[in-house]
Amino acid sequence: MPRVKPLVFVACLVPALLLGWDAFTGGLGVNPIEDITHRTGDWALRLLLVTLAVTPLRRLAGWHALVRFRRMFGLFAFFYAVLHFSTYLVFDHFFDLLLIIDDVAERKYVTAGFVGFVLMIPLAVTSTQGWIRRLGKRWATLHRLVYASAVAGVVHFLWLVKIDIGEPLIYAAILTVLLGARVAYRYRGQGGAMRAGAAGPARSAAR
Amino acid sequence: MLIKQAPDIRSSEITPERLYWNRRQFIRTASGAALGAAGATVLGQPDGGLQAAPQEDLGELRPSQFSTDERLNSYEEITSYNNFYEFGLDKEDPKRYADELTVEPWSVRVEGHMNRPDADYTLEDILSPHTLEERIYRLRCVEAWSMVVPWVGFPLRNLIRRFEPTSRANYVRFETLYRPSEFRGQRARNLQYPYVEGLRMDEAMNPLTILAVGIYGKTLLNQNGAPIRLVVPWKYGFKSIKSIVRIQFVEDQPRNTWNVAIPHEYGFYANVNPEVDHPRWSQAMERRIGNFFRQRTQMFNGYGYRVARMYEGMDLARNY
Repeated sequence: MPRVKPLVFVACLVPALLLGWDAFTGGLGVNPIEDITHRTGDWALRLLLVTLAVTPLRRLAGWHALVRFRRMFGLFAFFYAVLHFSTYLVFDHFFDLLLIIDDVAERKYVTAGFVGFVLMIPLAVTSTQGWIRRLGKRWATLHRLVYASAVAGVVHFLWLVKIDIGEPLIYAAILTVLLGARVAYRYRGQGGAMRAGAAGPARSAAR
Repeated sequence: MLIKQAPDIRSSEITPERLYWNRRQFIRTASGAALGAAGATVLGQPDGGLQAAPQEDLGELRPSQFSTDERLNSYEEITSYNNFYEFGLDKEDPKRYADELTVEPWSVRVEGHMNRPDADYTLEDILSPHTLEERIYRLRCVEAWSMVVPWVGFPLRNLIRRFEPTSRANYVRFETLYRPSEFRGQRARNLQYPYVEGLRMDEAMNPLTILAVGIYGKTLLNQNGAPIRLVVPWKYGFKSIKSIVRIQFVEDQPRNTWNVAIPHEYGFYANVNPEVDHPRWSQAMERRIGNFFRQRTQMFNGYGYRVARMYEGMDLARNY
């Protein structure tokens, strides 16, 4: 099993490597900035959903080993979100802060995306062993922000498309299932040992 | 997810552009019509599959005072990044599925309030009286990207005059081909089809408004709206309806497809206007395809000197 983690790491890095390769070889298409924006955004959202799938999969399928990768999934989601936001910052507005503030305040879909991104920052910062120890029980509470971040991300996608809401609706459906599973679990009153895995740092993550 | 193109396709697509410039050079320097015809034949060879009729007109391409001298977008950019929802929602879909459409034979029905009887016209009937010219226009999409396209076409007004619309013809209404068997987007019903667009009569008669049949001196590819399409350079791209099969002179303002789909986001006029934002995004800036950074969008896409007068006294924020 110790060999699996590097493999997962590389797998998560593949979209970024492909992006880099395409950028280098001119394979990004006619509107490369748009291509980069879409692909980094897609992967931020996908990995966020993967992160959120870990707990339900542990409960339903009993794949407890998955929890070892949850932090990595979450950090990679953040990594792609940073790339996504940086593209916007540099190529859409070239660090024009006034324009960005205006955009974030006025465009609903930008507001949603920005909120989703900002909510991820404290989660990424407090993902270390040290912070988990320091925050104790509050860590789990804090990390429930990931639900809001994912909702904001899906809403961001829904609000930016013209009429082709098919793809964002797929993300919305998956997110609904993942969050719904948590709600159902809670209301079934199945507390106990499994509940610690709901949002808290898993013991195995501490190695 | 990843659409890769073989490098050999890429390099072959650069050729038409070079031929195009050679040809322009040639036309400029050639003195006789016979030489011109010979040149057209020789240079036409790499594109052997193209229909003959529009290519015969290539030698007669007139430059236009309305053309911009901005850097042209490449033939590849113009033919591989398109919004043509009849072929699908992605920018790459129109090129990917362009082969599924047959454009021969093609006819256009012209009807409505005019002195001529309603009738179907073959493409040749439509085109034959007109002299083709080149119009290099900026194209601004409502999605905030833009291109510079060397269209080949003729002023719509010349066609309208042939049919002698009556005083009741306040608007011109256009329809795109409805053929779900070939248009996968129509099968998927991603919009309400057939695609409909319209212009006020003065807009249709404006000398900037053209019917285009070519790009870069060649007949239109299907993804660009073959065989005949509208180009209205001061309006967002969705007004420039593609693959036209019906032209009607009507009394009442037509409901255009995007207006039907999302009325509060897409109006009838759709004039390029950096001060009137789309409800969900800004129209102040645009990304010119080929550039990394964005640039300011111009009022009426920079064509205000010819068109602003038509909208005097109109509230452009309300008539978006």
